[in-house]
Amino acid sequence: MTTDILAEGKTASAAPPSDGLAVLEQKRSTAETFGIPLAVLAELTHRCPLQCPYCSNPVELDRGSSELTTEEWKKVLSELAEIGVLQIHFSGGEPTARKDLVELVQHATDVGLYSNLITSAVLLTKEKLSALADAGLCHVQISFQGNEPIVADRVAGLKNAHEKKLEVAKWTRELDLPLTVNAVMHRQNLHQLPDIIQMAVDLDADRLEVANVQYYGWALKNRAALMPTLEQIEETSRIVEEAATRLKGILAIDYVVPDYYALRPKKCMGGWGRQFFNISPAGKVLPCHAAESITGLEFESVRSNHSIAWIWQNSEAFNRYRGTGWMPEPCKSCEFREIDFGGCRCQAFALTGDAGNTDPACTLSPMHEQIFKDAEREAAAHQDRFLYRNFAGGTLETEGEHGA
Amino acid sequence: MAPGRNISVSEASRPKLPRHARLKFDETRQVWVILAPERVLAPDEIAVEVLQLCDGVRSVADMVDQLAAKYAAPREAILTDVTAMLQDLADKGFLTEAREKTS
Repeated sequence: MTTDILAEGKTASAAPPSDGLAVLEQKRSTAETFGIPLAVLAELTHRCPLQCPYCSNPVELDRGSSELTTEEWKKVLSELAEIGVLQIHFSGGEPTARKDLVELVQHATDVGLYSNLITSAVLLTKEKLSALADAGLCHVQISFQGNEPIVADRVAGLKNAHEKKLEVAKWTRELDLPLTVNAVMHRQNLHQLPDIIQMAVDLDADRLEVANVQYYGWALKNRAALMPTLEQIEETSRIVEEAATRLKGILAIDYVVPDYYALRPKKCMGGWGRQFFNISPAGKVLPCHAAESITGLEFESVRSNHSIAWIWQNSEAFNRYRGTGWMPEPCKSCEFREIDFGGCRCQAFALTGDAGNTDPACTLSPMHEQIFKDAEREAAAHQDRFLYRNFAGGTLETEGEHGA
Repeated sequence: MAPGRNISVSEASRPKLPRHARLKFDETRQVWVILAPERVLAPDEIAVEVLQLCDGVRSVADMVDQLAAKYAAPREAILTDVTAMLQDLADKGFLTEAREKTS
């Protein structure tokens, strides 16, 4: 009697994603449907105390001085609510690095948006979290890099990060806020997955996102240090499946597979410009958080004289890969073209140099076999040193640290 | 494990939406929605009517009486449907039970 209509916004899910807009706006064909998204990601800042080597932010980070002001973000939130957006995800960088976060959450509440905080948690105090709850925050997602400090703090590039996260997760539940544990998985922490699942249960989390690293930007630079083995992935799928059954009604688990080893590409973002956009710290309206990695595309800003709805509907960047009309073969005549929309444009660009090519994650891509082999080779090579994410273009982990 | 998980809906239950699930009329699309973490649910008309009665005060029995009177329908049939719908929502984590504060 109820239909779940929001496909996971940020990442593809292993389960066939339900399609919100298709349910709510059954006027046009699937390919032509791109009504105003139900959920939008607001990347408030690229500043972050963590240095995770798979950070989803672009390699070229927005400086603090270019960030939208409090008033600009409030205007954006009002505009989003007005055009029909229902949920706002406050993300970053680290969104709590913004001193005005409570004010922005309060504004989201005032204009009727359902708000979600995606945080590393390390900057939060109990008072701050309590103030966010009072401002109407609806949901908290905390990222974890492992289940214990040795691996977790090394991946985060920050001492005592793990311990702090555990503390904030407890406060979250004490305040009766629903908690999602976000666990980004890769070769160097996949062995901890069963313990991470148990940690999520012990923290009384409602949801666990088990997301294998997706390789763009920082993660692509760190691919050799992060790529899991095929055996690890097969084991992971077994562990997730077993846990999802065992914990039904206790912990919901969303699972994002690593697509280098997949047969079919992910329906990235639910299709380019179909049901999702995000706003960068400097105010660019983007089809996904990695879109700026595609060179040659111009993205409009909320600081331009265009409305957000206009940018979504009419800007060149959104229309470039929207629907199915842009597709070359083998996508063009493929029976799955409205199922996966040709996969991920950023991945196609990163691996083939042309965002208009079929995503090499697809077996029909002429490059599929090559990336599968590359993944296996890199996974077996044991090059474990990280390039840490920062504003200086990255810092290589010192020799010896990774032996921990 | 916190209270409120794995609830079993009965006539005596006094269900309500948890704080992270919001029932809202979407003006843009002219439909009712339930907003929840990473989810938007589209309840049908009957579900909306039942959910609007879920205030943590009314019991399921009260709701069923009210609906049976309103629609002049057999109570048993309504009880079966309403219980199934509420249990489904509870299993998905979108419904909780009002309970006395114990500490």
